[in-house]
Amino acid sequence: MKKTLLSLFILTSGILLSFTFPHKGYHVGDKAADFSLKNIDGSMVSMEDYKDANGFILVFTCNTCPWAVMYEDRLVELHKTYADQGYPLIAINPNNPEIKPGDSFEAMQVRAKEKGFQFPYVFDEKQTVYPEYGATKTPHVYLLDKDRIVQYIGAIDDSPRDASKVENAYVAKAIEALKTGRKPDPSSTKAIGCSIKA
Amino acid sequence: MKYLYLFSIVFLFGACKSTQIWNASQVPVYSKFDSYSPKLVLENDSIHVINFWATWCKPCVAELPYFEESLSSLQKEKIKFTYVSLDFEKNLRSKVIPFLNTSKIKADVVLLSDGKYNDWIDKVDPSWSGSIPATLITLGEKNIFFEGSFHSEQEIIDLIHKIKI
Repeated sequence: MKKTLLSLFILTSGILLSFTFPHKGYHVGDKAADFSLKNIDGSMVSMEDYKDANGFILVFTCNTCPWAVMYEDRLVELHKTYADQGYPLIAINPNNPEIKPGDSFEAMQVRAKEKGFQFPYVFDEKQTVYPEYGATKTPHVYLLDKDRIVQYIGAIDDSPRDASKVENAYVAKAIEALKTGRKPDPSSTKAIGCSIKA
Repeated sequence: MKYLYLFSIVFLFGACKSTQIWNASQVPVYSKFDSYSPKLVLENDSIHVINFWATWCKPCVAELPYFEESLSSLQKEKIKFTYVSLDFEKNLRSKVIPFLNTSKIKADVVLLSDGKYNDWIDKVDPSWSGSIPATLITLGEKNIFFEGSFHSEQEIIDLIHKIKI
């Protein structure tokens, strides 16, 4: 009896442990919801505004995370290359500026101007979009196709610290795959990033 | 007066001994995760608490004092704490070492500079998305992984106790 109780206890704690942190958000293949978020120019941005888009590069990013900052120039390049091909980039700041003052709406405006962002840089002010997508960190990319099906989740490329040492440009390669009707491979990758400040 | 000098010397020596002075040679640098990974699990039924952090990560720096408190509370147990810094190697002397000294860190510290994150994050734990802070606790073949911040010493101790069940 004692043994049964013990194994029951082990089993229950195992279940409890594995369910404490359930995996939330979108996986590759899920249909992503649209949003309406305020851009730095004061306008509201939704994906449905882009009638001719073949897809979207959604990047959860911010001003303050060193890992996000390292990718700013590469975001500019990605948008420059792929917006004309029907894959515009939308950057979304998910951080709470009360915790990270450097990620305030005003700070976003300043940063976008400094870096010459040609893409919308929108603010997830109510912090409802990033949990729905399942973004956990900045930067965190979701590549969608024209039906807003998630086709790729993860890092921008395999060399955050040094753009000159990129061996696998994950997002660019994923878009090239979509353009020719193939599935991105890999369809998800991981990288170190800053946890989103809720 | 002579005694005062003697006293001062003894006092200074004592003060130095009680706090470790960090220098770069005390922080091993691993450029490949696979070179570090054999050290994640300790022998002799010892628990290994591994915290992934960086000096630029505010929530990481905020929770380290709780790890230090846990380390002091559990020092009689078979347990080791290692803080794995994900800082750039070039910042070891300029940022990491000064931080370890001002924070009077007592745990072991290593610097992992392997930038091919996608190749090793899953090896720590498949559930890890890559955000820091993140903590791995190992004991033999058992391990517990937690992605997120701790807000007290007790939260850390509670998680450590779970691995013993």
